[in-house]
Amino acid sequence: METKKKDYLAPGHRACPGCGTAIGVKLILRVLGEDTIVVSATGCLETFTATYEQSAWDVPWIHSLFENAAAVATGVEAALEMRGEKTKVVVISGDGGTFDIGMGAISGMFERGNNILYICYDNEAYMNTGVQRSGATPFAATTTTTPAGTCSFGKAERKKDMAAIALAHGLDYVATASIAYPRDLMDKVAKALTFQGPKYIQLHAPCCVGWGFEPQETIEVARLAVQTGAVPLYEIENGQMTKVFKVPAKKPALEYLKAQGRFKHLLQDPQCAHAAETVQQICDENIKRYGI
Amino acid sequence: MAKTAVMEGSLAVAHAVASCRPQVITAYPISPQTHIMEELAKFTANGELKAKYIRVDSEFSAASAIFGSSATGARSYTASSSQGLLLMTEVIYAMAGTRLPVVLTGVNRTISAPITIQVDHQDTMALRDTGMIQLYVENAQEAYATHIQAFKLAEDHDILLPTMVCMDGWVLTHSFEQIKLADQNLIDQYLPPFAPKYRLDPKNPLTYGAIANDEVPEFRIMIHEAMERALGKIDALALEYQKMFGDYFGGVIETYKCEDAKTVIVAMGSIIGTIKEAVDALRERGEKVGVVKVRSYRPFPGAALFDALKGADTVAVIDRSLSIGKSGPLAGDLKSYFYGKRGPRVFSFIAGMGGRDVTMGTIDSMIEKIKATETADLPDVDFFDVKRQYLD
Amino acid sequence: MLNIGSVTEAGKSRNIKTGQWRSFRPTVGDMCNGCGICEMFCPDMSIRIITGKCTIDYDFCKGCGICARECPKDAIKMTEERK
Repeated sequence: METKKKDYLAPGHRACPGCGTAIGVKLILRVLGEDTIVVSATGCLETFTATYEQSAWDVPWIHSLFENAAAVATGVEAALEMRGEKTKVVVISGDGGTFDIGMGAISGMFERGNNILYICYDNEAYMNTGVQRSGATPFAATTTTTPAGTCSFGKAERKKDMAAIALAHGLDYVATASIAYPRDLMDKVAKALTFQGPKYIQLHAPCCVGWGFEPQETIEVARLAVQTGAVPLYEIENGQMTKVFKVPAKKPALEYLKAQGRFKHLLQDPQCAHAAETVQQICDENIKRYGI
Repeated sequence: MAKTAVMEGSLAVAHAVASCRPQVITAYPISPQTHIMEELAKFTANGELKAKYIRVDSEFSAASAIFGSSATGARSYTASSSQGLLLMTEVIYAMAGTRLPVVLTGVNRTISAPITIQVDHQDTMALRDTGMIQLYVENAQEAYATHIQAFKLAEDHDILLPTMVCMDGWVLTHSFEQIKLADQNLIDQYLPPFAPKYRLDPKNPLTYGAIANDEVPEFRIMIHEAMERALGKIDALALEYQKMFGDYFGGVIETYKCEDAKTVIVAMGSIIGTIKEAVDALRERGEKVGVVKVRSYRPFPGAALFDALKGADTVAVIDRSLSIGKSGPLAGDLKSYFYGKRGPRVFSFIAGMGGRDVTMGTIDSMIEKIKATETADLPDVDFFDVKRQYLD
Repeated sequence: MLNIGSVTEAGKSRNIKTGQWRSFRPTVGDMCNGCGICEMFCPDMSIRIITGKCTIDYDFCKGCGICARECPKDAIKMTEERK
């Protein structure tokens, strides 16, 4: 007897072995079900799932351009309304297409109050094009455009707080999630769908190729991110924080840094010591701010 | 019930669009398109037009939203000008490649820099390679008729391409004409509800916007072939419109007094009105002049043009835009089509850029230039009504 | 095959047998109690729990090793793929 889980992402997709995003999207689709239209921006997900004659999507899916997923989704929702159909409209886009180039369209969609669930899979860089820095890249991470060197300790800016931006637009549901906590992620997707209007979920999805760790460690790295406070998991409903993933036995940021090649310069180069301290500071700030 | 009234060109276009029963309309303001969108907003606010009217955050989003709604199976429309059309460009290429039959109004306005809101064709010319059909109109009544024809053209399963009706900003949008509004029942007969060939549908899931491994040349050739089929459709739809509604403004081109003309002027847009007057005046003076209005710029009506012009000695193409570093785009396209065929010599004349009026005097100076140029050795491009005081 | 340019049919990635990418192959031992954690974390939909046991679909398994790493019973071993 088979435990049947109906998946709407087909095997045979071209994600790297151990891809965090693939895990996340599979789980998300289990909650969404077949009566969904998914809109994606250009990025890893689009590239590994949608090649001509080799699509991995078993739900209707549309990709237009890099910066317009939120606007395309607005149009999809409008058409469904005019046709009297109640199909769910969900955007699943990466951090590049969300934090940076997609900001204008997203802000417009949030402001219009469209009934769209926007899920950002956050692998913390422009991974599809070769690991370039995005607004979601964390402080001091090495990327191909913020490489560590004698004059650089990696990304000099802090991670953009996209969830706060969503909240500032008055969204009734904003949450962060991680692939290391799949039931929490799926609960959040289900909860988001009970709200009308725009919803935002930011899914932390480690990338073994871009962050520098072995494919089998994907879930571990995701777990460490949460256990150190680097990635706080929370849920905000109607402007109130209703759920925070508490970590009684917190881990030092150092353990998270040690696990990834993109931070190794912080451990090897004495000149980067201050940056390593700042990473711990950021974790401490999160712990305090969210009550982790 | 057909009705005639004096109204602003923008209102005529809004009536045309509304009577085509679009389901999704997106709006972002830019002069001189704004009145069209405002009139459509009033129609939806009064319940006269049942459509989702989405006020978006930029023209990029305006085009992207109708990309999504068209893919989901809704008849979709937007309008823009100048900078807004440029911002939409990326999406328009994607619409053509994805074969989405949206209709746009391109209210012609020049492009920055320098910034000005006056009319010329620089904006829609920048989109000529996108795969979007471009139809240019002479007056507001033609704009009315052409929008209705445009929806039917775009949605034809043999075509399925985004279609833009180009109309000169301010000149046609903000001036008043007597407009005949057609009977809604007749329009419904001419244009049935949108029946998409494919759409986003959970009962039959499809993937839109996949990466092509190797198929790009074929996909593009298919768009090109659809455009070529559109030449015949544009002619046919115009005749069908004439049969049902009585108005005819030409098919892919319209000829005026060309039968025995030795010199023919070729142009697009509202200056055709002036040129027709100039042709009448010249004919009174014994000059055998005619004018051809190019209605469909993309697809390019090469065969129809050659057929209309082969008997003339001289063709003067007036472009209201400039392909900088070359010549007028319409002239360039026409000359390349005529190359190697026995036909007239072709001048490329540039006039009317930045909203500078093209007058009867402009046409007279063009005729003079033609007469003064004996040989077949013509300059690639000539500029008219140049104000020397602005040159350095 | 649809010939409308950018539109393609659903689910045909199943024709791409990504199992050929593997350098390491997972094998499931007797310790497996069918908890389903591996199935939850597989990025390639290549694990099913059949009669209470983790069952690998070797057509698609890329050998990433997440299942072996996350198994609470240490029931999955990664060994070098030999062709």
